[in-house]
Amino acid sequence: MANLIEIKEVSKIYRRDSIETPVLTGINLSVGNGEFLALMGPSGSGKTTLLNLIAGIDKPTGGEIIVGGTDIARLSESALAKWRSSNIGFIFQFYNLIPVLTAYENVELPLLLTKLSKQERKQHVEAALNIVGLAERMNYYPKQLSGGQEQRVAIARAIVTDPLILIADEPTGDLDKNSAEEIMTLMQRLNSEFKKTIVLVTHDAHTASRAKTLRHLEKGDLLPADGQAA
Amino acid sequence: MKVLKLIFKNSFRHKLRTFLTILGIGVAVMAFGLLRTVVNAFGSGVRASSADRLVTRDAVTFINPLPLSYFNQIKQVPGVKQVTYMNWFGGTYIDQSHFFARYAVDPNTFFSVYPEYEIGKKAFAEFQSQPNSCIVGSALAQRYNFKAGDVITINGDIYPGTWEFQVAGIYKPEFKSTDAMSMFLNWNYLNEEVKQTFPGRADEVGWYVEQIANGANPGEVSKEIDALFANSPAETKTESERQFQQGFLASAGAIISAMNYVSFVIVGIIMLVLANTMIMSARERTREYAVLKAIGFSGRHLVGMILGESLLVSLLGGILGIFLTYPLVNSFASFSNFLGAELSVQSITLITAFTAVVFVGIAAAIFPIQRAMNTRIADGIRFVG
Repeated sequence: MANLIEIKEVSKIYRRDSIETPVLTGINLSVGNGEFLALMGPSGSGKTTLLNLIAGIDKPTGGEIIVGGTDIARLSESALAKWRSSNIGFIFQFYNLIPVLTAYENVELPLLLTKLSKQERKQHVEAALNIVGLAERMNYYPKQLSGGQEQRVAIARAIVTDPLILIADEPTGDLDKNSAEEIMTLMQRLNSEFKKTIVLVTHDAHTASRAKTLRHLEKGDLLPADGQAA
Repeated sequence: MKVLKLIFKNSFRHKLRTFLTILGIGVAVMAFGLLRTVVNAFGSGVRASSADRLVTRDAVTFINPLPLSYFNQIKQVPGVKQVTYMNWFGGTYIDQSHFFARYAVDPNTFFSVYPEYEIGKKAFAEFQSQPNSCIVGSALAQRYNFKAGDVITINGDIYPGTWEFQVAGIYKPEFKSTDAMSMFLNWNYLNEEVKQTFPGRADEVGWYVEQIANGANPGEVSKEIDALFANSPAETKTESERQFQQGFLASAGAIISAMNYVSFVIVGIIMLVLANTMIMSARERTREYAVLKAIGFSGRHLVGMILGESLLVSLLGGILGIFLTYPLVNSFASFSNFLGAELSVQSITLITAFTAVVFVGIAAAIFPIQRAMNTRIADGIRFVG
């Protein structure tokens, strides 16, 4: 399996005034194309920070992050925004749908940045909503949907542009057990059936167990697969 | 189009707040429109003044009269084509709230020097022949339903007594800027009455108005007129009609300045109302903006969305305010008889109000845009408003 994501000696230090807080130190990680990786760790271990760096919504203090052959740490903000729109699909803990837009319109949002025609956008949105099983609720507003349904709309929004990687930050963190199961089943399907590379962050062992690969972070260090600090 | 739809939906996310903001802007724009209309009305005399007319008044003060004997002397000055004279009559019609300008004018020369007051031949002949006749403006006639033959009773103050004038006719203003709210009395009738009651005040005029010949130099003509009466008991000051009107306006300068300031303070109030709404909206949507940025929306898109929302609300408020300005001005004009001038909303007032709301829409969006642009995506996504 070819590596889609290559992280080399990445460090991240947050600076506020004169206080420096190291969050990640010398992280090395490779994620293959079609991988389903779960990152686990306690609060403050740096897992969300690492996820943000892979997604290109934050920049490392040092090291290289190469995704699909592009060193995203070197891209400008505008280039990074463009890169994200075509390569990354985001799934957040609190769904983050726009409340004044219907499910259809929420899923359509990333496509507004493309050159697709209205008809082509419609086809993509309907296909994405079909995959997540919510085609019949495309005209519902977020407040008319359950938490699990909202998250499925968010997943449809994440996959509608057919991105290289799906980034999921605690995707089941706000859901009940049954809804969480449904979401993880859907994500497994996206990985196995649609060959999506998924990087997921969770503190829930059961959720993490649905991934193909599990890595632990602790105090900014990535532990090897056997649980020993690298 | 989709982004426009999002702007529209975002603008009305909190319907009550948006409605109150639009209403607040509307009321402020309406107040702005009324103040600007009143300020403009003050300057209507200046705008209506003619470039070929000069006004000669007492050199010390406008209140001091000039001798009637100056009339023939002024007529002889080279460059003077026609001369007329008039007095401010004053007085009260019904009560103080029913104010309009009342002048005693020379019936033989006044309408020649002021051709913009259009009067029919019959009315003109009657005005010349009937001593106690008067001519009223069309707007004044409309307001009080005056018709030819009606008698208007004025309680005099400068010229004490109860005066009755019969309407000989109604003049129509030639231009939109021409005053249509004045009443012109026969100066000869006034003078005859004064001779009997206040002989010491007879044969006195308030000021002279000269129409100068084509090609005549107004400055030279003014100098020559004033030179005629230099070192006399009643020295004169001759100036263009525009300067004369501006000097008249200067007496109300402080009030006009205050109204000018207040009208622009209102623009500041509009900005604060809208800025408050926009800042609240942007703060509430910190996470949404971060999500939009995360999925690839650029800073340009966010600027467009926030600016679009701010402009939409400000323009809706502005349009509401502009529409409300008309009934407010009409209502104000109907009960105030402001300066005797016909109050009307000028296009410059509408343009200024529109420009102000556009400016306010842009200015109110600056801080929210700055906030949306500067918030890191990672921080924005974690934001709890």
